[in-house]
Formats: sequence, C-alpha cells, structure tokens
Amino acid sequence: MAASGEPIIEMRNIVKRFGNVEALSGVSMTVRRGEVLGLLGDNGAGKSTLVKTLAGVHDPDEGEIIVKGKPRKPWTPLAARDAGIETVFQDRALAPQHSIVTNIFMGREMTNWLGLTQVQKQVDEANRLMREIGFTSKVFNPESTVGHLSGGERQGVAIARALYNKADVIVLDEPTTALSLTETQKVFRFVEAVRASGRTVVFIGHNIYHVWEIADRFFVIDRGREAFEGEKSQFGGADHLIELMHQLAETGQADVGSLTEPAA
Amino acid sequence: MSDATPAATKPSEANASAVDKRQEQSAWFRFYRRNGRALNAFITLMLVWGVFAVNNPVLFLNPIFYGAFLFSVPATVFLTTALVFVIVSGELDLAFPSVVGASGGIFMYMVMSGAPVVGSFFVTLGFGALIGLGIGLIVVYGKISSLVATLGLNFFILGLVNLLAQGRTITAPEAVDTFGYQLFVGKWELFETGLQVPMHFVWCLIWTLFCWVLFKYHRFGVRVQLVGDNSDSARQMGINVERIRVGVFVFSGIAAAITGAVLVQMANMVWFPTSGKAYLLIALAALFVGGTPTWGGVGTIFGAFFGALTVTLIPSGAVGAGFAGYWTDFLFGLVIILTMIAHRFSGARVR
Repeated sequence: MAASGEPIIEMRNIVKRFGNVEALSGVSMTVRRGEVLGLLGDNGAGKSTLVKTLAGVHDPDEGEIIVKGKPRKPWTPLAARDAGIETVFQDRALAPQHSIVTNIFMGREMTNWLGLTQVQKQVDEANRLMREIGFTSKVFNPESTVGHLSGGERQGVAIARALYNKADVIVLDEPTTALSLTETQKVFRFVEAVRASGRTVVFIGHNIYHVWEIADRFFVIDRGREAFEGEKSQFGGADHLIELMHQLAETGQADVGSLTEPAA
Repeated sequence: MSDATPAATKPSEANASAVDKRQEQSAWFRFYRRNGRALNAFITLMLVWGVFAVNNPVLFLNPIFYGAFLFSVPATVFLTTALVFVIVSGELDLAFPSVVGASGGIFMYMVMSGAPVVGSFFVTLGFGALIGLGIGLIVVYGKISSLVATLGLNFFILGLVNLLAQGRTITAPEAVDTFGYQLFVGKWELFETGLQVPMHFVWCLIWTLFCWVLFKYHRFGVRVQLVGDNSDSARQMGINVERIRVGVFVFSGIAAAITGAVLVQMANMVWFPTSGKAYLLIALAALFVGGTPTWGGVGTIFGAFFGALTVTLIPSGAVGAGFAGYWTDFLFGLVIILTMIAHRFSGARVR
C-alpha cells in the first residue's frame, strides 16, 4: 500500500451552479490516504453539493477532480465508483421494495457472460459482508426486503454496499442523522474499522461532536467556499471548533489564528 | 422512517415477541410473500374459469373451445409481458397499438412483395425496435410525461399508417401455408386429445419464459426494477437511468412488432391499418389483473401471463357460459375491480 498522507483525491477550484445559484464557488479540497476527514458546514453551505460532486452525482461546471494522480473526466457516479470512491448517501440511496442483496449489488450486479445475475454468489457475498460489519440478525437475511428494515438497519445495508467494492475512499454523508445512540456508536465503530484497514473516510456531519470524535482533520465550508481547515491537534477541542463555526455563521469570518488560511 | 407492516416491527430488548413475529416466516409464507401477486392472478384465472365451467360443463370440456382460446390468447400475452417492463420502470406506454399496426403493415408489405415469411419477421422485429427507440428517446430526452407522449405518438403513428395505407388492406393469400406461416401460426394436435395447439401459443410460452428470465435474472430486468423503485438511488449508484428507460420502450416496440406480425398471420395474411387498436385496454387490463402494481419497482411476468389468459377468457367464456353478450363488459369490469382488491391484500407499497 502507498504511504499514508499522500493525496488520494484532489478537488481543484470546483464550481457548481444550478441555474443562477452558485452552490460551490471554487472549492479546493484534498483528501489524504488513510485519514478520516470531517467535512463541516452550516445548512446551505454547500456540503451536500460538495459530497454529491465527490460521488459523481454532479459533474462540476469548472475545476478538476484528480483521483490517485489521474484527472477524471467525465465525472459520473459510475466513474467515481470505478475510481474507488463509494458513497453512503444521506438518503441512503436504497430501493425499498427490493431485497438486501439486490440493494448491495445495485449498479454492480455480479453477472455471467450472458448478463444473468449469479444469485447464489451474490447471496453468499452479501452474507459475508453483513458479517464483516457485524450487521446480522436472526430476524433478517440477505433476501429480506429493505423497506421492512429499521433506519439503522438500512444504514447498515448502505454501508455494506460501500464496502463490497473494496473502495479506497468511503464517503459517509450525515450517517448519524436519525439514528439512535446505539446505532450511532455502531457507525463510529465502523469508521474505526475502516480506518484500521488503511482506507480513507470522508465523514460529513451536522453534529460537530460526532465529527470531532472520529475525524483526524477538518474541512469547513461556508457559502460555497472553503472557510478553513486544520488537523485535530490544531484545535483546542470540539468547543473551539464550534466557537469558530459560530463566528463564521455570524460574521462570515472565523479567527482561525494558527490554522491553515484558505487559499485565496 | 415508518415501518408500515407488522413484519417490520423494530426489535427491542423490551419486546422480544416482536423479534419472534419476524422470525415466524415459514417457507410457504415466504413463497407467498414473494409470489403473492402472480398467485393471486392464477387464482383469479381459476375462479373465472370455474364459474364459467360450472355453468356450461359440456362446452368447457370441449377441446375445440380451448383451441379457439389458445388461438386468441398469444397476442395479449406478447404485449402484456413486455408492458410489465414499462410499468415497472415507472413509465407508461400507450403507443404500442400503433406499433402493432405499423409492424403488421411492414411485415405484410414484405410478404406481399414475395419476401420469405421468416426473414420478413426478423426485419419487422428490427422495425419495432427502431420505433420503440424513437418513442423512448422522445419520452426520456424530451422529458415529457410518458403518458402524454405515448398517447400523442399512438395517434401520430396510427395516423401516419392510415395516410400511407389510404384505407387499403394488404393481403398475401399465396403466403398462407408456407413454411414460415406454419412455423408461426400452424396448428398441431396435442396427444390426440382433439386439442389444436396453435404454434403462436407455443411461441408465447417461450416468450413468457424469456421475459421472466430477462426480468428476474438479467442485469437489464434487475435495473428496470431498481429504476422504477427509486430512480434517484439507481442514478446515485451509477445506473444509467435514461438508457434503461429508453430500453423498456425498445423492448415494448419489439413485442408490439411480434404481435403485429402474428396478428396478420392469424388472419390468414390479411392486414388492415387499425389492427392492434383493440389491444390497448385489453393488454393494460391484463397487466393489472396480473398483479403488477401501478407504482413501479415491482411486477410479475407470470402474473401478466395469467392476467392475459383471464382477460381473453372473459368475453368468450361468458358467452359460452350462457351470459348474454351484453354482460361481457360488466363481468370484465367486475373481475378487474375484484382482482385489484385482492392484490391490495397481497402487499401494499413498501417504502
């Protein structure tokens, strides 16, 4: 494996417009191999747009995306997945009327040369994945319908799907929203496990305490621009980070002091 | 996230019985859960048949009755099974009757000009696929509601065919009883029972099996279901949603072309511009009686097959059972409504 710390994803001067609205006005974000990057921002700051751009759902209007040293164009969900980026979307991106297996292999069906799905192979692999993340229960099996699962269980399906492809980068968009305390702890344990396996995590959160707990580095955006970023050690605790974000919300600027200034 | 069904009760330490409830799924229960809609369609067919047969057992033991039934069933089967893909993908196709008419015309034009029947058939398939592609591109990339777009296109294509045909019919009596004709619509007796099985019924069985494999096991069918269930999710997972949507219209076009080519052969190589027009509501009724819900994402090919059998049986069966002809529409409507209520019990939409 390549040395940790080197950039695995570089997003350069990303601009994304929706009609007249500029959701991202030139954001540059680097994700380093093996880290847990916490992406923070207020509602409407452009977090979702940035995540969806990272996932390939949005193709940026300007700027470039470089994954593992290679510029990627065109940038689509399939291109992102092929580049080794798997995303657990905020809405979980599941098909509720279908089974856990079908959902895990959505868009990446295991097929033979005729294009027919290899049912047993998929079920076995789904079983293995579900065990791997400790997502098993007496009450459901890989063939259970996703619509019958609880919120936390659905999150588990989305996570299992992200793991299946042995992705290098796993993007978790607000993974703890609407989850119980126990389920949130499960997500944290999962992030730890992914980090321990040498993979990279981008963790997007509303709850700064949640993000603080597991991230190594923080990237804060505000009104479509990068506000500041810094290593965990550069902050004086979660409360310091919260204080900075308050300043940002009120004045549009934060007294970042020793932290990295945004590239102008 | 609401858990609508009892089977989805959240397990919790305090309420262990909830867990037990979810475990209580016998093999039979699971089978019904998965195939309830197709089973309901089959039960409907059996009930309709049973009610008619009790009224006139002599006729309903006569193989000639079934010969006629098997003769008229395939056209609806070809159309309905393909429509499952369209409806499951979340779209609607009302243009297939015009494609049936147009394809039948192309097919007969070639046969009349002396082209071999089998060759003409395959060219017709290509033609149907092409029209389907056109319809799909207009609906998907024109971003028009498929209901409105295909409604308009149905009139448009039908009108175009009428303009070209100028009211003429095409006949090719010399092509009757050729090898191709025998291959597509010839009849053979089943084990000396007196039951005349038309070849196009055999083809519609093969077609149904093909559709079932395509729908349930092929990547295309699986993706059609995923796109219909949640197109945003499908897109986020890298499925080319537009291509799948165009694909279902191409598939529907192919099925319409098969139907068109078979219908003219059933009429002993006679084509008239409006052939196919009658199948619009019949095929859609068969689809819904067959248990494919209107909301997309899930559907059943075998259900559609049983649905096609049911809607074909009602008119002839009703008359055979002694109902006067004007009962037909009433019975038709009754069966559709009662089946819809039955399907409600086999599963509401899961979100």
